[in-house]
Formats: sequence, structure tokens, C-alpha cells
Amino acid sequence: MRFQLIGVNHKSAPLEVRERLAIPESHLPDTCRDLTAYPGIEEGMVISTCNRVEVVTHTANGHADLRGFLHDHFHLTAEELDAHLYEFREKDAVRHIFRVASSLDSMVVGEAQILGQVKEAYATARAVGAVRGQLDQLFSRAFAVAKRVRTETAVGSSSVSIASVAVELAKKIFGTLQGKNVFIVGAGKMSELAARHLMAHGCASIFVANRTYDRAIGLAQKFNGQAIKFEDLYSTCDRADIVITSTGAPHAIFRREHGEQFLSRRKNRPMFFIDIAVPRDVSPDMAKLDGIFTYDIDDLQQAVSSHVADRRKEAELAEAIITSEVERFEARLHTLDVVPTIVSLQDHLETIRQAEIDRVRGRMGQLTPEQEIAIEALTRGIINKVMHTPITTLKSAAKESEATTVVDVVRRLFNLQVKSTTPDSKNEVGTRH
Amino acid sequence: MSLLWLRFALGCYFISLIYAFVALTRTSDLFSRIALHAASLGMVFHFVSLVELFLSGRVVWASVHNGESLLAFLSMTFFMVIYSIYKTTSPGVVVFPVVFFLTFVAAVDEQPVLLTQFVSHKGWLVAHIILIFTGYAALVLSFGASLLYLLQERRLKAKKASSLISFLPALEVIDQIGYRSLLLGFPFMTLGLITGSIVALTTYGRVDFLDPKILLSLLMWVVYMIMVFTRWNSGWRGRRAAFLATFAFVAALAAWAANYFSAIHRFAAS
Repeated sequence: MRFQLIGVNHKSAPLEVRERLAIPESHLPDTCRDLTAYPGIEEGMVISTCNRVEVVTHTANGHADLRGFLHDHFHLTAEELDAHLYEFREKDAVRHIFRVASSLDSMVVGEAQILGQVKEAYATARAVGAVRGQLDQLFSRAFAVAKRVRTETAVGSSSVSIASVAVELAKKIFGTLQGKNVFIVGAGKMSELAARHLMAHGCASIFVANRTYDRAIGLAQKFNGQAIKFEDLYSTCDRADIVITSTGAPHAIFRREHGEQFLSRRKNRPMFFIDIAVPRDVSPDMAKLDGIFTYDIDDLQQAVSSHVADRRKEAELAEAIITSEVERFEARLHTLDVVPTIVSLQDHLETIRQAEIDRVRGRMGQLTPEQEIAIEALTRGIINKVMHTPITTLKSAAKESEATTVVDVVRRLFNLQVKSTTPDSKNEVGTRH
Repeated sequence: MSLLWLRFALGCYFISLIYAFVALTRTSDLFSRIALHAASLGMVFHFVSLVELFLSGRVVWASVHNGESLLAFLSMTFFMVIYSIYKTTSPGVVVFPVVFFLTFVAAVDEQPVLLTQFVSHKGWLVAHIILIFTGYAALVLSFGASLLYLLQERRLKAKKASSLISFLPALEVIDQIGYRSLLLGFPFMTLGLITGSIVALTTYGRVDFLDPKILLSLLMWVVYMIMVFTRWNSGWRGRRAAFLATFAFVAALAAWAANYFSAIHRFAAS
């Protein structure tokens, strides 16, 4: 595993620097070719987005001069660039790529765009042959990890968090939700979810009003609540502290005069309107009233995207997934590492055996078929016996971190030339997108 | 010695004062804990200072500085009571500066000044001072709470994401703090004014309603009453309540300042 990565992102470099490094899409293939032509680099690809430029490579010895490449390619001096660069090798490079693809390294954690951008960069580099064996495996795995993070954590989702943000906001207004009443106007999935969250935090009772009265009854029963006829909406609404509204009405159904009515009947106790209808159900001039707090879908979404606590928890979960995936990837690469060595070791000894048999055959004269078989069995047996321990050692070393060392020793002892693992390992590489 | 302890207290209150300014821009649990400890320690020094003053026998109840010191201590006590109920230090944003200012003025130097007139009923005078100061302290708290209410309301209305992590407690909690201080302070203020009238009656034989001190005190009391009434009757809060509270607070300050030019409620030795 000789991955090497260098790059800048929104955290490490200001926009002026990122601008100078940004590579237009049309130049990407050439950049990839330049990269693989650079000394010491076997495979390489470039991810260039508005928030980051990353050069990912697989190198011959793990010590390619990537900084040199950047300086040459962008005609920048070390002073201009080096302070903003980060560099990762091997395991750390794998982790970084996994994090980038899973959108954990993004400015807005969880945004979905980055995965598409990485996939495009990968496709471009692959098309020009700059990505072959090792990087191919790395990125295929990275895409699988990103998918896993997306499905197993809520880092990328916002529908669940909207309900929890609504609860959070209600708490900022009312302190405790114990004993507060909730009014659902217009039965819908979202409002039901929000109501469920609010009830879970101690809200006392629920009223439901819907144009179709039967649906109101149905939803009210779910929560042990009370269905209200739609025409009684304005006369009962002031009983609720929190109103979740999501009707399909083309105009606002709550206007300023309603708000004033509610407040005077409530002795100015505050009311919280969660307006998830589009177009909005609460008119903006009602939202201006003192004591009326209105959050529409955009406000909620905005609150979600910066909802620190939830995000952090989910991001922690995602980081744990990534850590385990990095371990898995490493272990698998090691296993793949030893297979070609074993094969070429066997080839090597087989060649020696054949050569030796050919050499002595001339001296021994004509052999009977039985003798042929006996010699064959004898030499094979010797080789198998001798080979047994080294191969077991290689296989068991594959599971440990010492694999590379053992492989190197074996290769050097037998002077083996190992071919690239690329062609046959592709089938093993997991999900491809 | 009393003054020395008071200056120690002032040092502690200074730390709380810094908190009051920092808390407006950022939230830090650690810092609010430090401020709380500093304030508690300050109160201990402050208490020692007051006790020593009392034991020294030179207690001058009607001295401006001693009065300020007592008022600062009472305000801090209120703050601590609120903290023990609501577990929030945010009223400190208003209380700490007020307390610091009062203590600062009181700790500058000794000022053994007396009422110009001999007061015949000392018991009534002491009752008057303690009652009215408790009322003042409660007023400071409810004023602070109404400002915080306004601030929190603005944050929620502005829909800034930071409203989720703000240092302020929930809107209704702030509202309760303000309302309870108001309800608690009102009877003290009323009784304080009544005892004050009794002192005036026994000393001068009459109450001069045109004296600026008395006029302003009455004005303050009326605003106070309007606040309690509007709140109780129609639940005024937010902007309107803050407006009234500010008015009451300014009236209270004016009534305090009137000490310097009132004919009958004068401290300065003539």
C-alpha cells in the first residue's frame, strides 16, 4: 500500500490559493497523464472542486515528490503553496479519501455533491488509464464506504432532523414542553412526524384539524388526540401552544387578524407556528406579531444544516464506520499483496525443477514411464515440502501488518519479479458505481 | 476593615462583570461557572463587610455608600436565588454590571454622612431602608429579565441558527424570572414607601408630595403597579413590558439621584 496524497481544501487554504490550483474539467485528462508521467508515480488522479484540490497517487516506493509535481504543474513557488498543503500517506491517505467521499471533510458536512464530483474525477482518470489497480480498488471501496455512511447514519438526511429541530426550537421558547398543547392543521407525514417528536418530549395533548374531517379523526386517534372541524379552527386554535400547519391551501390561512385574536385570548402567551406548507400557511405579517414565532420549511432546513449537536453525533458514527473500513481495506490489500508473490514463487521453483529434470534426463538415458512418474513425484514432493512453510508464513502474514516486510524478504531471497496484481484482482473489488 | 472586605468583594464582582460582557457574544460553560464562583466569593466578602460594619457600632444606615453596598448585596442575593431555581446565570448580564457599579461607588471611600434631621423612630427607618432596597433589587432583576426577554425574542424572530446554542434560557423561563421578581418586589416597594411616609410623618409631621424625592418615588411606584397590572390582566410581555420596566428603572434611578437635591431625604451632612 503505497498511496500518497497531497492537496488543499477550504480549511487549509484561502480561496485565492484554491483558485490558482483549480483545474478546469477539460484539462483534467492531461493533468492525469502528466501526473502518471512524473517520476515515481505509478497511478494518479486529481479531484478538483471549488472547495478542494487533491492529488491522489499510488507510487513506486511511497516517496514520490508530489510537492514538486504541484510546483511544476502550476508554476508556483514553495513559499506560495507549501503552507497550505496537507499530505497523507498509506493508511492516512485511505482514511482521507474515505472521509472526502463520505462528505465528512466537506464545508457543509453531509452534502451530497462531493460524491458525484469524486466519481467524475475517478471516471476521467480511469478513461486515460491513469487509474488502474491500486487506485481503482481504493476508490471503488471509497464509494462503497460513502454509500454505507449515507445509509447507516443521518449525516446526509434532513427529514428526521427537521422534526428534532422543531422540538429544539419549541424548547427555546417554552423551556419545558411538559403540558403544552399541539395543534396539527392539515394531516400529513411531516406534521405527523413532528407531532410524534413533540409528544415524545412531553407535550400534553393534540388537536387535529383537516379539510377532510375523517382524516382528522384518523390522525387524532393515533395520538389519542381530539379532531376539530376545520370551520372551528380559528375558535380553538388559541388552545394550542404549538401549531404544525401543512395544508395545501393556495393562500395563507393564518393572517394577522387571526394572530391578534389568538394572542388576546391567550393573554399574550407566546405561540409557536411550524409552517411546513408550500406555499406558506402563515402570512408574513402575522409572523411579525410579538409573541408569535413562525418557522417555515426554509427556516427549519437552515436550522438543520447548522444543527451542531445532531450533526456531531452522526459524524462521530460516520467516523467510526470509516475507521473500521480503513482497517478492512488495509487487511484486504495485504491479502492481495501476498497472492502474486506466492504464485511467482511457485512459478520460479517449478522452472528450476523443470530445468533440473531436463538437465539430468540426458545423462540417465531412456526412462520408463514408471521412472518418469517417480522422478516427477519425487521432485514435486521435495519442492512442495520445502515450499509448505514459506507459503503458510506468507498467508498468515497477510493478515498482519508485517505482510509487506515478509513479502519483500521472500521476493529478495528468490529474486522474484512480481507482475502487477491489477488484471485479476478487479473482480474482487466490491461494489462499483 | 469593612471597606477592605468590600474591596475584596469588588475584585470578585469584577470577574463576574467580565462574564457579563463575554456572555453576550459567546457561550462558555466554564466561564459561567467561574463567574458564579467569583460572585459567591464576592458575596462572602460582602457579607463579612456588612456584618463588620454593623458590629462596629458605627453603622450609618442612611449613608449613601452603605445603602449602595446593601442594595448590591440584596441584588446579588436575588440573583443567587434565581440561579438556584432556574440554573441559569444569564440574568447576571444585567445584574453583575449593576452590582459592580454599586459596590464600586460604595467602596471608593468611607462616607459617614447622616440624615440632616434627627430621626425619632429609628426602627421605622431601618424597616424602610431594608424594604425599599429589597424592592429595588427585585426591580433590577425584573428589568434585567425584560431586557433578556427582548434579546431572546429578537434572536428567535431573526431565526439565526445561533439561537439554538445561545446562552439565554428559554423565553418562558426568562418571562417567569421577570414576573416573579416583579410580584415579589411590588409588596416590598409598597411597604417600603408606607414606612418611609411614616418616618416622614413622625419626623416632619407631614409628607411633602412636591418634594422631588417623594414625587419620583411615587412615579416609580405607579409604573411598578402598571407593570404588575398589565402583566396580570393582559399578559403584557416582550417589547411593551420591557418599555415599562425600563421606565420604572429610570424612575428608580431618578428617585435615587433625588437624594442629592431633596430637602427632606438628604444624606449629605450640611
